[in-house]
Parts: sequence; C-alpha cells; structure tokens
Amino acid sequence: MEWLMWFTRFENTKPISLLIFFITFCAILFYVFGNKKRGERLESYKNMPLQDD
Amino acid sequence: MASVAIGSGEQYNYDIVRKFTIMALIWGAVGMLVGVFIASELAWPFLNFDIPYITFGRLRPVHTGAVIFGFGGSALFATSYYIVQRTCQARLISNGMASFTFWGWQAIIVLAALGDVMGYSQGREYAEMEWPVDLLIAVVWVTYAIVYIGTIMKRKEPHIYVANWFYLSFILATALLHIFNNLAIPVSLTKSYPLFAGAQDAMTQWWYGHNAVGFFLTAAFLGMMYYFVPKQAGRPIYSYRLSIVHFWALIFMYMWAGSHHLHWTAIPDWTSTLAATFSIMLLMPSWGGMINGIMTMSGAWDKLRTDPIMRFLIVALSFYGMSTFEGPMMSLKDVNALSHYTDWTIGHVHSGALGWVAMISFGAIYHMLPRLWDTKMHSAKLINVHFWLATIGTLLYITAMWISGIMQGLMWRAYDDYGNLQYSFAESVAAMHPYYAMRALGGAVFLTGMLLMLYNCFMTIRQAKSMPAGGLAASAA
Repeated sequence: MEWLMWFTRFENTKPISLLIFFITFCAILFYVFGNKKRGERLESYKNMPLQDD
Repeated sequence: MASVAIGSGEQYNYDIVRKFTIMALIWGAVGMLVGVFIASELAWPFLNFDIPYITFGRLRPVHTGAVIFGFGGSALFATSYYIVQRTCQARLISNGMASFTFWGWQAIIVLAALGDVMGYSQGREYAEMEWPVDLLIAVVWVTYAIVYIGTIMKRKEPHIYVANWFYLSFILATALLHIFNNLAIPVSLTKSYPLFAGAQDAMTQWWYGHNAVGFFLTAAFLGMMYYFVPKQAGRPIYSYRLSIVHFWALIFMYMWAGSHHLHWTAIPDWTSTLAATFSIMLLMPSWGGMINGIMTMSGAWDKLRTDPIMRFLIVALSFYGMSTFEGPMMSLKDVNALSHYTDWTIGHVHSGALGWVAMISFGAIYHMLPRLWDTKMHSAKLINVHFWLATIGTLLYITAMWISGIMQGLMWRAYDDYGNLQYSFAESVAAMHPYYAMRALGGAVFLTGMLLMLYNCFMTIRQAKSMPAGGLAASAA
C-alpha cells in the first residue's frame, strides 16, 4: 500500500489532475466539434422542444 | 384540477405539474412577503414587537426556505415533470410516486417553517431543518430521482434533450449535498449535533451552501432556460454543441468553488486559492450558457417589443450573466476582504435570486400555465406590468445593497492617523439605514409584481374552469 502515499503529495497530484482534466476537456471538445457529421447530428437535437406539441 | 380535461392530459401527467405550479405561486408570495417584512425589521427594528417568534433570526430562514425550496423547488418540480414528459414523449412512470413527491415536499416546507419560528435549528445555512425533516427530504428526493430517471428510461425519443441533463445533475448533486451536509448524531427529536467539527464543519457547510446555489439555483434553472427560451422564442437554441460543453464544464467546476465563502478564516490557505481559481474559471461556462440562451433570439429581437414573457426570460439571462461575473470577482481574496460579511454579498445573492431564478421561473410559469389549463392568460397587460415591477424592484434592491455593502466594508477597514479604527460598528449601522429602507422598498415593489402574477394566474385558472370541456378549441367552435 506504500504506492498510495504517492497520491498524498501535492507535487504529484496537482500536475496529474491537471493533465487528466485537461485531456478530458479536450476530448469533450473533440467529440463535440471534431467531426462534421457528428456535429450535424448533435445540432439536430436542438429542435426537440419545438417538435413536442 | 384533475377535472380539467385536455387532450395531452391523457398522454402526460399534467395534474402533478399543475399542483406544483400553484404551490410555486403561493410559496413565492409567502416567501417574498416574509422577505419584505424582515427587510423592514432591519430598517425599523420596532417591527420585532418584542415577539421572539418573528425576530429576524427566526424569520430569515423562513424567508429563504419559502423562496428557495417552496417557490424555487416547486417551480423546478413542475417544470422538470413538464419537460421530461414532453421531450421524452413519455408519461411519468408513476402517478402515486409523483403525488408523494408533491405532498412530501409541501410538508417539508411547512415543517421547516414551523421549526424555524419555534426556534429549532441545526444552525446550518439553507439547511436549518433538524434531522427528522432531513430524513423526510431524503425519502422525497430519492422518490423524485426514481420518477425522473424512470421516465427518461422509458422515453420514446432516442436522445435525452440537454434540459434533462441539467435537471438530472441537479437531482443527483442535491441528494449528495443534502446527505453529507446533514450527517449528524441525534440526541432528541428536535436536537442533533453535526458529525464534523470546526473548520471541517464549516467547509462541509459551504461545500453544501455553494453547490446548493450551483446545482439547485443554477443548473436546474438552466434546464428550465434550455427548454422555455427556445419554446417561447419559437426557434431552437443557438448552439446545441455549446450546450454540451456548457453542461460538462459547469457541473465539473461548481463542485470545487465552495471554500471561497470562507476566505480569510481558519481553513487551509490552499483550499481558499483552489476555490478562487475554480470560481474564476466558472465565468467561462456560465457566460457560454448565457450567450447560448441570449443568441437564441438572434434574428428575432423584435419579439422583445411585443412579448413580455420573452422579456422575463431574456432579462433573467442578463441578470444571470451579471451575477456570474460578480461572483467570480467577489471570490478573489482581495475583493473578498472588502465584500465579505457586508451587504454586498446580500446584493449579489439577490441579483441572482430575483434577477435570474425568479424571473426565469416567472417566464416559464407564464408560458406553461395557459397550456396546462388549455386556455389563454387572463391579462397580457398584467404580465407586462409584472415584468417592470420585477425589474425595477430587483434594481432598487441590488443597488441599495451594493452601496450599503461597499460603504460598510470601507468603514470597517478605515483607520485614523493614530492607527485606531475611524468608525465604531454602531456608526456603520447608522450609515446603512437609508439603504435598508431602499432595500425594503425594492422588495415591496418586487412583491407587488408577484401578487399581480398570483391574481393573473388565479383568474386564468378560474376562466379555464368556466370554459366548456375541451378548453379553447371547444369554446372557439
């Protein structure tokens, strides 16, 4: 269990968490804006409230 | 209410939406009335009348409970049940469970108010209720989650519309916050002690308090915005992809910002810095969402000239943008050194509560009400009058608190040439008096608008009940 101590040190966890969150954010941006076809599909959902009557 | 027969009423459970809508209106009027009274008590303390039950300390949580959980909560239950059914093309999974959330939630508001007035409190802001009420909240909330998630699971639409994402995050986060903030050891039916102590207790409280703002008063009302702004404007949201980025960024960042309520206290300094950093970053998703809502009007701005409901929705978004700029600014340690413990905080809270939360709810209810009862609003003119009263009341309130708060902060930190404090505390209280009177006036103007809305909605419902079965269509024929 000694390896868990590595996570208790800020000098380790701060850059690691920054990397994880930044990569996740970039992945979301890529998913949303990275593909034209997927973008069109996502944008088509915006009409849902107008089609519910 | 169930006797009003309308076409879509068979497809959807509108009865529960109607009940929550009516209670939102009633709690709004009650909560704002108590708010005006306690604002008047601060300006003219004789209004205490030496009666302990109506002192500021006891009525203040009655006010916050009635407006946040009574008005805001009921509006959120109503709109979430309305939106999830319509965007999923599915009826709520259980009428009985939905009905239980209604009666349970109303019982909670009444019990909380009675407890506050009687002096029973666990001393946690926005969570004053003692443990038996907390348990009831947990049961009602889990039932709400089951109804909501169950309805989404039986949806006929393949995609879950973004408004439902915001409501889902609000339901899940509120459950988490409520349970952890209220962990306590009961010693009697009306008394318990929190599980945490000292700085940890304070941090738990403000992790809850800030995220109650973030998820109850922001994420959920953004769900409301993502449905009712496009619906009322008759055009889709500006960018659906932006709404996805908005959602993930907002819900991720809010969770870390709570400690900015505890700057310059005994908490570790790094938690303060972390909270301030995330608060600054929150500006991005907040403004992304605000711009997404406002840009929905692009090419249709003329609607603002003719549609008072659209005015409510767009002015709400403007106040949202303003208060989410002010919040990050106030989270900076140096700004907070001036603003904390002053009326500036109260002004900031009310620019969000009156300008954003209440106005977006007014717009949503004015949109829903005629559809729920299959009729027209009794008076469009009264909606317009309400809009101006709400806007003027909010501006009067927040301007008074800005001036009063900044003046307080400056007076408290002023030193004379000998290094002594320049003003006594009593002098700062005396200086605030005109602004407290101005705040009470602003609140009274806002309350007048709320009472007009209550009258207008009551007349609309009465007119619907006097119509032949089939509502508008039948009367036109």
